[in-house]
Amino acid sequence: MARTQKTDYSYQDLEGLMTLMTGDEKHSFSATSTLDVVWTLYDSILNIDPENPEAPERDRFMLSKGHGPMAYYAVLAAKGFLSVDELREWGTFDSRLGYHPDGELIPAVEIGTGSLGHGLGISVGMSMGLRIRMQDKPRVFCLMGDAELDEGSNFEAIAMAGRQGLENLTVIVIDNNSSSLGWPEGIAKRFETEGWSSTTIDGRDHEDIKTALTQSHPGVPHVVVAKVEAK
Amino acid sequence: MPATMRDAFIESTGRMLENNPDAVVVLADISNGNFRDAGLVDKYPGRIINCGIREQLMVGVAAGLAKEGFRPVVHSYTPFLLERPYEQIKIDFAHLGLGGIFVSIGGSFDTASSGRTHQAPGDVGLMKLLPDFEIHVPGHADEAAVLLDSAAAEDGRVYVRLSADANAESRLVEPGKFHVERAGSSGAPAVIAVGPMLDRVLEATADLDVTVLYATTVMPFDSWTLRDTGATEIVLVEPYLLGTSASEVSGALHDRPHRLLSLGVRNMELRHYGTAEDHIQAHGLDADGLRENITGFISLA
Repeated sequence: MARTQKTDYSYQDLEGLMTLMTGDEKHSFSATSTLDVVWTLYDSILNIDPENPEAPERDRFMLSKGHGPMAYYAVLAAKGFLSVDELREWGTFDSRLGYHPDGELIPAVEIGTGSLGHGLGISVGMSMGLRIRMQDKPRVFCLMGDAELDEGSNFEAIAMAGRQGLENLTVIVIDNNSSSLGWPEGIAKRFETEGWSSTTIDGRDHEDIKTALTQSHPGVPHVVVAKVEAK
Repeated sequence: MPATMRDAFIESTGRMLENNPDAVVVLADISNGNFRDAGLVDKYPGRIINCGIREQLMVGVAAGLAKEGFRPVVHSYTPFLLERPYEQIKIDFAHLGLGGIFVSIGGSFDTASSGRTHQAPGDVGLMKLLPDFEIHVPGHADEAAVLLDSAAAEDGRVYVRLSADANAESRLVEPGKFHVERAGSSGAPAVIAVGPMLDRVLEATADLDVTVLYATTVMPFDSWTLRDTGATEIVLVEPYLLGTSASEVSGALHDRPHRLLSLGVRNMELRHYGTAEDHIQAHGLDADGLRENITGFISLA
C-alpha cells in the first residue's frame, strides 16, 4: 500500500484526521481523552523512526488502553507511520486498522490490545528484557486508562515493576474519571505504595506532559497521571 | 537419568540456559525452590524470574521478554499455568505471534488428594483452542527430556504436560510422531494410548488383536501413522478430558467410515480425594476398566 509522504501535520490537523474514521463513535471519549498525550509522545518524546519502527534501539510505546484508537491512528498517520489514506478504510476487511489495534498488522504498533489489563504486564517483561541485555537507552511507555486500572492484572504488574526498580518504564494513566468505583486517595497513591515515583498533570497541557515524561526517576518506575475532562 | 518428569524439566531447562543466552524462565513461585536447589538461580542471575503468585503477570512478563527476542519457559501447576491466565496466553502470546514454552506439572491424576482446585483435566483441550501450539504429553521422564529439549531448540509455541503418573519404561519418542508400540493384524482396531496411559493400555489389551499406538505429541496429530494402520475401529485413551483429540481422529479418517471410542477423564466434579490410583479407577482408566470398555466396543463390530 502506498504511503503518504506528507509528514508535516500539526496538532491542529488531528481532529480532521480523526473524522476520517467513522463507525466507533461510542469510543470517541476514549479516543479524545488520549489525544494530547499520544501527540506529545510522538511529537517530542519517543525515539521511533517511521522508516524503521522496529529498530532495536527504539523507544517502546504500548497503547494498553486499546479502546478508541482513532487518536492513536491519527497521530501515527500525522507522523508518517501510516498512510492517511488508510484511515478512511479503518474497520473494513482489508484494512490494517481496526477498532482495536493489532500489533501483527502494523509494524509501528507494538502489541494488539482491546482486552484491558494486558499492556502493563507485557511492558514489565520488555523492560526487564532490555535490562537483561544491558540496553539502557530504549525506554518503555505504557498508556492506560483509569477504568482499565480496575483490572487486577495491573496490580500484579505494578508490584513487580516497583520491586524490580524498572527505571526504564513509564506508565501514563489517562484519568477521565471513568472507573466505576473510583480511586480513594487517588491513582498515584496506588503506584507510590509499590515504590513508583509519580506526577499528576493536566492531560491537555503539552508542556506539562513533556515535562512529566522527561522527568528523571532513577532506580524506580514512573507513573504520570494525566487528568482530562470527565467522561 | 532424571527420576521424575519434574527433574527432567529442571535438567533440560539448565541445558537450555547454558546453550541459549536468550533462554529465560518465568515462574509464579512454583518450582522456584527446585531451580534454586539445582544452582540455576545463582548460575544464571536475572534469567530465572519469579513473579510471586501472580500468574497473569507471569505470562505477560514472558510475552514481553519474547517480544525482546528471548525464549521464555513459563511454568506452574497445570490450572495456574493455563486456566487462570488463559486470556494472557491467548492475547499476549497467540495474538501477538510470540513463541514460548509452557510447562505444567501435576497433570493427569497427580493432585488427587489436593482436590478440584489443583486439577485441570481440560488443559490439552484448552491449548488446542489456540492456534499453532505444539502439545507434548510424555509418559516417562526420559521422554520428557527429549520433548523439552526439542521445544528448546524451536522458536514456536509449545505446551509440555508433565505428570508424576508415568510408564515403567521409556520409549524412543520422536516429537510429532506416534510410536507403533504393538502391531495387530492388518486392519485390526487401533488403540491410541496417550502419554502415561500406555502401560495400562498394554495390560488391558495384552491378548487382544489390536494395534497400539503410543502418542506423546497430540498437536500436531500424527494422522498418517493412524491411517497407515488401516484401522476403522479406534479407541482413544487420554489421561485428561475424554475425547480431547476425537476431532483429530475424525479428521484423520475423514474419508474412511470408522467408529471411535473415547476413554479418559469424565467431565464431572468427582468430589473425592484419595490417590492417583483411586481416581484412575473412578474414571474407568485402570487396566480392568479399560479392558471392559475396549472389549465391549470391539465386540460390537
